[in-house]
Amino acid sequence: MEKDQDKIINDITTGEYKYGFFSDIETDKIPKGLSEEVVRIISAKKNEPDWLLEFRLKAYRHWLKMKMPAWANLKIPPIDYQEIIFYAAPRNKPAYEGPDSIDPELKRTFDKLGIPLEEQKHLAGFAVDAVMDSISVKTTFRETLAESGIIFCSFSDAVKEYPDLVKRYMGTVVPYTDNFFASLNSAVFSDGSFCYIPKGVRCPMELSTYFRINSANTGQFERTLLVADEESYVSYLEGCTAPMRDEHQLHAAVVEIIAEKNAEVKYSTVQNWYPGDKNGKGGIFNFVTKRGMCRGDNSKISWTQVETGSAITWKYPSCILRGDNSTGEFYSVAVTNNYQQADTGTKMMHIGKNSKSTIVSKGIAAGHGQNSYRGLVKVMKNATGCRNFSQCDSLLMGDKCGAHTFPYIEVDNQSSIVEHEATTSRIGEDQIFYCNQRGISTEDAIGLIVNGYAREVINKLPMEFAVEAQKLLQISLEGSVG
Amino acid sequence: MLVIKNLKVEIDGKIILKGISLEIKAGEIHAIMGPNGSGKSTLAAVLAGREFARVTEGTVTYMGKNLLEMAPEDRAKEGIFLGFQYPIEIPGVSMVNFMKTAVNEHRKHKGLEPVSASDFLKMMREKKELVEIDSKLANRSVNEGYSGGEKKKNEIFQMAMLEPRLAILDETDSGLDIDALKIVARGVNKLKRPDNSAIIITHYQRLLDFIIPDVVHVLFDGRIVRTAGKELAHELEAKGYDWIKRDMDKNDQS
Repeated sequence: MEKDQDKIINDITTGEYKYGFFSDIETDKIPKGLSEEVVRIISAKKNEPDWLLEFRLKAYRHWLKMKMPAWANLKIPPIDYQEIIFYAAPRNKPAYEGPDSIDPELKRTFDKLGIPLEEQKHLAGFAVDAVMDSISVKTTFRETLAESGIIFCSFSDAVKEYPDLVKRYMGTVVPYTDNFFASLNSAVFSDGSFCYIPKGVRCPMELSTYFRINSANTGQFERTLLVADEESYVSYLEGCTAPMRDEHQLHAAVVEIIAEKNAEVKYSTVQNWYPGDKNGKGGIFNFVTKRGMCRGDNSKISWTQVETGSAITWKYPSCILRGDNSTGEFYSVAVTNNYQQADTGTKMMHIGKNSKSTIVSKGIAAGHGQNSYRGLVKVMKNATGCRNFSQCDSLLMGDKCGAHTFPYIEVDNQSSIVEHEATTSRIGEDQIFYCNQRGISTEDAIGLIVNGYAREVINKLPMEFAVEAQKLLQISLEGSVG
Repeated sequence: MLVIKNLKVEIDGKIILKGISLEIKAGEIHAIMGPNGSGKSTLAAVLAGREFARVTEGTVTYMGKNLLEMAPEDRAKEGIFLGFQYPIEIPGVSMVNFMKTAVNEHRKHKGLEPVSASDFLKMMREKKELVEIDSKLANRSVNEGYSGGEKKKNEIFQMAMLEPRLAILDETDSGLDIDALKIVARGVNKLKRPDNSAIIITHYQRLLDFIIPDVVHVLFDGRIVRTAGKELAHELEAKGYDWIKRDMDKNDQS
């Protein structure tokens, strides 16, 4: 048996990363490095109003005083911020065919990624904001959505066209002082998506942002701001990929969600950044701050994430449950194979009375992967009658990987109920053999077992993406059992 | 159908099978009996393709092919079915999904299209009746939380779904009460066809009251020490394995 185990572990190889290509696109880059000057250059490139430049500078000056957080269960090599290019924008060819035309090479890139930028070609019911490196290159269905009063555009356009909305909400959920990477993002963010759903509107299609890192040595720093006004509903999805490169690239994003009274926001992520090779070389550092605020009573924010990519993931999509009877949800599947590391989880801050939260976290570790769940459930003194249920499961493949759980629970009143359940299991050789004996190959057996394990989370994704996510899970673990 | 010649097998350096030869023809049911530790389950494991059992000598020919060179899943698709002594639990994978995947793999192997959802459900219903298992079972995860008897019936159910050419039932009777035993036996008997065969591995004779074997082998200390008709099972039941042992010692001395 021992020998078999060793064989299984030694046979670990990476599955093919399908999105590792590089597109040769003419790119407008600024010199590498970070300084106040760079912050000003980025702001100037985007013709930003003074208030936004001020915001950036305050963030930058604050960031200078901060230190990289060391509490995560991650081994992060030192990052030299003077070696990163903070702004790289694909240069749009002159628009002869009208304002909506885009560079054919860009279009080809997104076609290859399965994200057609022409509306007629796109999956029915999905609107996309496509972000390459530092800028949004195209937002589809803007006009269609505008008919219902929905604003869906790049962050830069929002700053120009809806400055009041941006000003009112930006930084209210993730202030520029929040944490090291959020401060960095606030200083240098280049683009992202903005979405506003007006009162009483149910968004008729899925909104999505597709992030692509293309240029070498660049970091991607984008902001997403999503506001659901009273009685509105929106389902939002983001996906991401990057070329295969030997060096690490930094992705430090900020996502802020605001849900007003009776509003509901569903935010799903299928994260497939380049994870590095099987020896742990290269890959994206995915250091992201995502937080939603249930501002109004009865509001609801639901996070679903399938994290298969990145060399290192540091990410805690959280909910501040300020409204009474508000609901926060977090459903997560995180895979770490080869030398990937993930420290991910959520914070549920119960401030409103009778607020509810659900946490379902499924970690999968294979190869030398390290997978940590970190979560905080905090119930404030006045938040009476709250309810939380947490379930944190870990699945291990082989004996060189690790699963860790760091649940923190702080309850400051007597009338709230908090439950936490956790399991750790292993994909056994005997389970695989059982499948083999019924005619199912080892790869398919792993897919079957892993998808069975992650089913609760996958089911929360919009249907088209659930199928994609299932395939992705299987591919990410390809070769992890011999 | 299956020809085993001088098969020697070791596990972790320990010799378990010390030269087994037997031949199974289409339509035959062979029983392999023997005390604990005699190598019965090892033989089943080798035929199904478990890697921990290392073949050091001998050949196994199945349908004219070298079985030992085939991957476990290919053996399964070529019609070898192993009813596990301890069926494995797979949490989160529903019985429906599991069986559908397996059935479609078998169909693909035969060059057939995947089974339609309605045909598949009909097939499930029919086969479930055969082994009298709870129809709710289909929605549960594979073997998870099943009782011992349910697990064994579930093995026979899977066998019915996959319609193997050669079924190897490894102590399917152990831990079953008499009613469950009868159901399992009835399932096996109903699935019997002139062109398929079975190896029934058992410690006790009682299963063989319900499934009548054509040939009975006694496996002892890694060797087949007796081969005879169905009456051998009764003799064993009456005299116990010690009888074989004494008999062998006598032979050794003479």
